[in-house]
Amino acid sequence: MDQALLSYAGVGKTFPGVIALADVSFSVRPGEIRALMGENGAGKSTLLKILAGEYRPDSGAVIIDGQARTFASPRDSAAAGVAIIHQELHLVPDLSVAENLLLGDFPRRGGFLDHKALRARAVEILARLGEDIDPNSPVRALSIGKRQMIEIGKALLRDARIIAFDEPTSSLSARETQTLMRIIRDLRAEGRAILYVSHRMEEVFALCDSLTVLRDGRHVVDYPAMDGVDQARLITAMAGRTIADIYDYRARPLGDEVLAAEGLLGPGLSRPLDVSVRRGEILGFFGLIGAGRSELFKLLYGATAPTAGHLRLRGGPVVFDTPRQAIAAGLALCPEDRKGEGIFPLAAVRENIVVAPRNLDGHPFLDMAAEARRADELIALMRVKTPTAATAIGTLSGGNQQKAVIARWLAADSDILLMDEPTRGIDVGARSEIYDHIYRLAEAGKTILFASSDMPEVMGVADRIVVMREGAIAGIVGRDEVTPDLLLRLALPDAAQDAAGAD
Amino acid sequence: MSQPRPSILSRFSAAGPLAMLAVLFGLLSIFVPDFLGVRNMRGLILSVTLVATIAPTMMLVLALREVDLSVGSTTALAGVLCAVVMSSTGSVAAGVLAGLAAGAVVGLVNGFVVSRFQVNSLIVTLATMEIVRGLAFLASGGEAVSIPVERFYALGSGSFLGVNYPIWVAIIGFVVFAVVLNRTVFGRNVLAIGGNAEAARLAGVPVNRIRIAVFVLQGLAAGLAGIVLAARITSGQPNTSQGLELAVISACVLGGVSLSGGVATVTGVVVGVLIMGAAQNALNLLDVPTFYQFVVRGGILLAAVLFDRLRQSPGFLRRRAPMSVTGAKA
Repeated sequence: MDQALLSYAGVGKTFPGVIALADVSFSVRPGEIRALMGENGAGKSTLLKILAGEYRPDSGAVIIDGQARTFASPRDSAAAGVAIIHQELHLVPDLSVAENLLLGDFPRRGGFLDHKALRARAVEILARLGEDIDPNSPVRALSIGKRQMIEIGKALLRDARIIAFDEPTSSLSARETQTLMRIIRDLRAEGRAILYVSHRMEEVFALCDSLTVLRDGRHVVDYPAMDGVDQARLITAMAGRTIADIYDYRARPLGDEVLAAEGLLGPGLSRPLDVSVRRGEILGFFGLIGAGRSELFKLLYGATAPTAGHLRLRGGPVVFDTPRQAIAAGLALCPEDRKGEGIFPLAAVRENIVVAPRNLDGHPFLDMAAEARRADELIALMRVKTPTAATAIGTLSGGNQQKAVIARWLAADSDILLMDEPTRGIDVGARSEIYDHIYRLAEAGKTILFASSDMPEVMGVADRIVVMREGAIAGIVGRDEVTPDLLLRLALPDAAQDAAGAD
Repeated sequence: MSQPRPSILSRFSAAGPLAMLAVLFGLLSIFVPDFLGVRNMRGLILSVTLVATIAPTMMLVLALREVDLSVGSTTALAGVLCAVVMSSTGSVAAGVLAGLAAGAVVGLVNGFVVSRFQVNSLIVTLATMEIVRGLAFLASGGEAVSIPVERFYALGSGSFLGVNYPIWVAIIGFVVFAVVLNRTVFGRNVLAIGGNAEAARLAGVPVNRIRIAVFVLQGLAAGLAGIVLAARITSGQPNTSQGLELAVISACVLGGVSLSGGVATVTGVVVGVLIMGAAQNALNLLDVPTFYQFVVRGGILLAAVLFDRLRQSPGFLRRRAPMSVTGAKA
């Protein structure tokens, strides 16, 4: 048996408050395609980033060719023969295909760029990929699939022996996927070690030789061969865990419908969507990244414009042209991208809280004493840990920033809260506090729409769960009937869905 | 602050603009004869009124994370229109209104294009700077337009409580905009938009309306400055105030207004204006030829931008937000 080309040996990585990886070990031999599967947050990206030299492991090591390696930078990793094909491609759109392929290693003659050699080498690589791409055309003009080929071409030019693919087919059409799989098989035939991260089971079954499943940053199951692995076992391996007590679900009576969407369609949604939520309800939204949950929230909130459908608020039709109108009607959004869309990092915690209510009441002059009082009350109520109310919010931990964002909407007395991944990047202690606040809000008659890609969380907190897949609702599951298997089955794109799918 | 090895420069900057002003005044009073005299101080302050009249609104523009290069041209256009209208109607009110209206229209165009079409304000106002300068020359026929209404001159040369009217205009501007910035929802919204425009929009701040309003205020201030200037020089000059925009921006940045938006104080801007004025004044007292003054003005702007950069360097915030936590999931 060949010796492993790439091994992870007891790799661990901790971020403040989060154990991203704990003692993960597995190997990939030359000429092997190993699948790496797991839910969002299972640690796949962290593993790849360690391989890419973006993170350093806290414990354990990456072993390449029998030698333990610690990469100080992506450049180190590349020099060791590693290439990562990312979901987001790293190409320069306005440079030509040939220039992108050889960027950083342009052939030179007498100090000047050697155009002839540049073109010749690009043509050679494109031929190896079997791709009909004009080396002179700008990358901007290519489809996503072709751009991915350019990335693979770059890996070939560097003669990378270890190539990791991170969800490579997430934006490819069926035909492009076939081409990609052919090329990956060719790479295997050349004796390279391939690591293939994907959610799509049928691809994994069709392509991969072996499989590693991660869960909660731990190495869960290792299948040295694909025989005997079936979808059901795989789903259980990925999802099978008990729901911890941190959720501490509290039932409560529900009122009448407060908000409903009918035939709603807009950016990020692929099919018209109907959904309705009742007063006091916690409605979960589960789905993989890119399933359309955030996009749906932005549509409900008036932050993007719908192309079809309408909204009903407390029984009457309503249109929100701007978030400002939605807020005046009682809606609130805690955005997924807290840093980019939620907080004002340089401003005081207090300012971050009062920004919403002060825009509601219509008085041009501030009542600074009242604002300070209200903010201080909410800081205490939400247990935001901050040195003072005047501290810049950017200096606080993620959990405390999130609590301040929720406090903002309590200050505005909003009664329909759209919370998009409110616990992302937040440690367990702060998370259970946030769940507690969510129950209290619901008990007080507020309505919570709660998007999460963390399955145990959404199962633990929500009364009902809307499962989204590829921009549409795949199913709505009540709390009593929900199982991890059911949620994953609805959320994962399967073969039948793919054939009928939008691309 | 908590930087491992604070350089002299960063210590200087952290001590704040007020310290810089104190050091500068101290040095100048030692090395420049007559600098601290009452007459010279009055002259110094009078010389910065043009910059000072426009600086508070420029502060709002920069706090929004925008910039306005058209203020110098707007000042000239407002002065010219004021002179043209006043000389043809004989009415002071009509002339003043014409000047203010010109400023408001330029600001409205700037604000509308920047917010409606999401174009970089640097480019938009660079274009309007040229256009408006051209309009000033067209309206005046390329020459100074003299103002025949003598009672209008009082706005430039008269005084109240021993303080010249142009200085009053600047003082009132600072007071008004200190209130606007610190005591109104509008002012706090300006800082919120500059701090994070998307977060502001999602928190219910009417982002576009505020952007347009701030540019209109900026245009009005430039128009007012142009009118006062016309009263001082008793004519409308199409070629006046070239480079004024840079002096105003330098003063704001020296005063601690962040070019990346979201951070501004009126006291800082007052100090920034005085630093600019003191430097200019000292050069005059020392009989430094005008050509050198360009070099010094540019040097001051460069220094201001460097200070701004220093303030933003990592370590200025005591602790960086734990960004990598989000990377753990995904």
